[in-house]
Amino acid sequence: MLAYALSRITRALVTIVLIVTAAFVVLRLTGDPATIILGPDAPPQAYEAFRRNWGLDEPLWVQYLAYFGAVMEGDLGRSMRDGRAALDIVRDRVPMTLALTLPALAFNLVIGLTAGVAAALNRNSWIDRAIMAVSVLGFTVPSFVMGLTLALIFAVKLRWLPSGGSETWAHAVLPVISMGLIGAAVIARFTRSAMLEVLGQPYIRTASAKGLTWREVVLFHALPNAAIPTLTIIGFMVGSLVAGAVVIESVFSWPGVGRLLVNAVANRDLAVVQTILLFVGFAMVLANLIVDLAYGWIDPRLRVKTLKAGG
Amino acid sequence: MSVIEPEGRSASVFTVKSRAKAFLETWPPLILLSLGWVAAMLFVAFFGHLIAPQDFMAMDLRARLEPPVFMGGSWDHALGTDELGRDVLSRLIASIRISLTIAFLSTLIAGFLGVSLGCLAAWARGRTEQAILMLVDAQAAMPFMIIALAVLAFLGNSLTLFTILLGFHGWERIARIARGLAISAQEQGYAAAARDLGASPWRVYGRHILPNIASTLIVSMTLNFPEVILLESGLSFLGLGVQPPLSSLGNMVGYGRDYIQSAPWIMLTPAAAIVLTTLSISMIGDWLRDLFDPTLR
Repeated sequence: MLAYALSRITRALVTIVLIVTAAFVVLRLTGDPATIILGPDAPPQAYEAFRRNWGLDEPLWVQYLAYFGAVMEGDLGRSMRDGRAALDIVRDRVPMTLALTLPALAFNLVIGLTAGVAAALNRNSWIDRAIMAVSVLGFTVPSFVMGLTLALIFAVKLRWLPSGGSETWAHAVLPVISMGLIGAAVIARFTRSAMLEVLGQPYIRTASAKGLTWREVVLFHALPNAAIPTLTIIGFMVGSLVAGAVVIESVFSWPGVGRLLVNAVANRDLAVVQTILLFVGFAMVLANLIVDLAYGWIDPRLRVKTLKAGG
Repeated sequence: MSVIEPEGRSASVFTVKSRAKAFLETWPPLILLSLGWVAAMLFVAFFGHLIAPQDFMAMDLRARLEPPVFMGGSWDHALGTDELGRDVLSRLIASIRISLTIAFLSTLIAGFLGVSLGCLAAWARGRTEQAILMLVDAQAAMPFMIIALAVLAFLGNSLTLFTILLGFHGWERIARIARGLAISAQEQGYAAAARDLGASPWRVYGRHILPNIASTLIVSMTLNFPEVILLESGLSFLGLGVQPPLSSLGNMVGYGRDYIQSAPWIMLTPAAAIVLTTLSISMIGDWLRDLFDPTLR
């Protein structure tokens, strides 16, 4: 297990180096940062000062090393709007986004897994059909339509919940449900097919044949095996939660990283955009690392294979 | 063929199904509805400017926030008017044209990129294949929404750039499928025969392999289409996609949400159009997938 974990952690670190490199390449490829940040009308002295300040007159590899060093030290430039360090601005918003995405992830998993397993165990019954029909909506209803519809019903018509802001926990209910419902639909569909696949395997017949009750077969033989492919989708869910947060935070005026990103893009505040990009990249790497480690824990075959391969 | 089928367990007894039943089995009602909706949308996309009751930018400040006809409005503005007195139906038609055109062009770009890179990987193998697969993995690792926002921040926005940008959504999935199919097609007799007869790679791929794997690729492009619509409408909703004075379904919803309380129809009409369109196309895509290739799930 240790060798397996080490190999995964090394890979995560390599990916982080690649992400930082990609950010550097993208920044340089998209044109002269001086022109982008100062605008085309700035006086030539300003360009020169900017270039000297940011080391843009150095050779490319020196720039790269300097950039890498700066990122590792947490120096990601300053926001154009108020001159604060971009890292501080983003870090201030992270807890607000986590306050939405973590409950939404939990909601996703609880509803999605339950619905998916229920649909698979009652295959072709009305329960299955109803769950699958509802889950189609998860793929076809855009998150802002989901959010606005919930706001229209529960905030405007029924007046049960606030439609925007972040003062109390009640403000988080609608955003969390909007994000949670869509993700749950995806997970339900995936869990159902993973479960059906497993239920058709010979070892399920063996387990039934040796006299286990159906309940034991499902709990101890079917579920752990169906969990393996389902784990993969959770890695992807983190990505779609981040994308969902961008839209949902804007719908419900929630002051998180997503809304910050939208404003930064609209104002072309590149230092902040870059910082959020790196944050999301790191979050994805971390999520995939956790999923990989969980794989190793659930599926002993993976641990053994890595050891044999010498990695 | 499909009219006569063995009934029950005994294969010797044949019954003739009614024509209606046989028809409905080939064309399930939901698929017919979806096809009908998509056909209507295509009609609007092509001829919308001819049927729009008014210019989508024409304002009538005396007729602001008028309700649609089923909420007590008049037939002058069948779907009501917005905060500037612009006809919602005419704006809806203009938005459908823009949104569908962008989604169509972007899907074509994604299909072209995916199929050509996938086939290149299958044909070249070795380092080229590894490089392409690395690109595929890199794109799959980041949520595309975030990539798109970053590109818009760095490069600014124009309709052309926006369409090309959305064309990068989903190419990696198509490339993966194309590569897998092309590799297995290469091993088959017909491709080897064409190759041994001295056909160039272009000919082997263009005339032999691609036509044989096209159906699955078309299905995966069909399934990409609604995702591009969702992405475009999401970005336009945030005010970062299609820019005024042009109107897309997403930015109609975006502007309409300020009137969610007093005039919900401004927001609900385009929202319904988005959902019905993506729903119909996904259902048709799934149906085509089952029809062309039952092994795919």
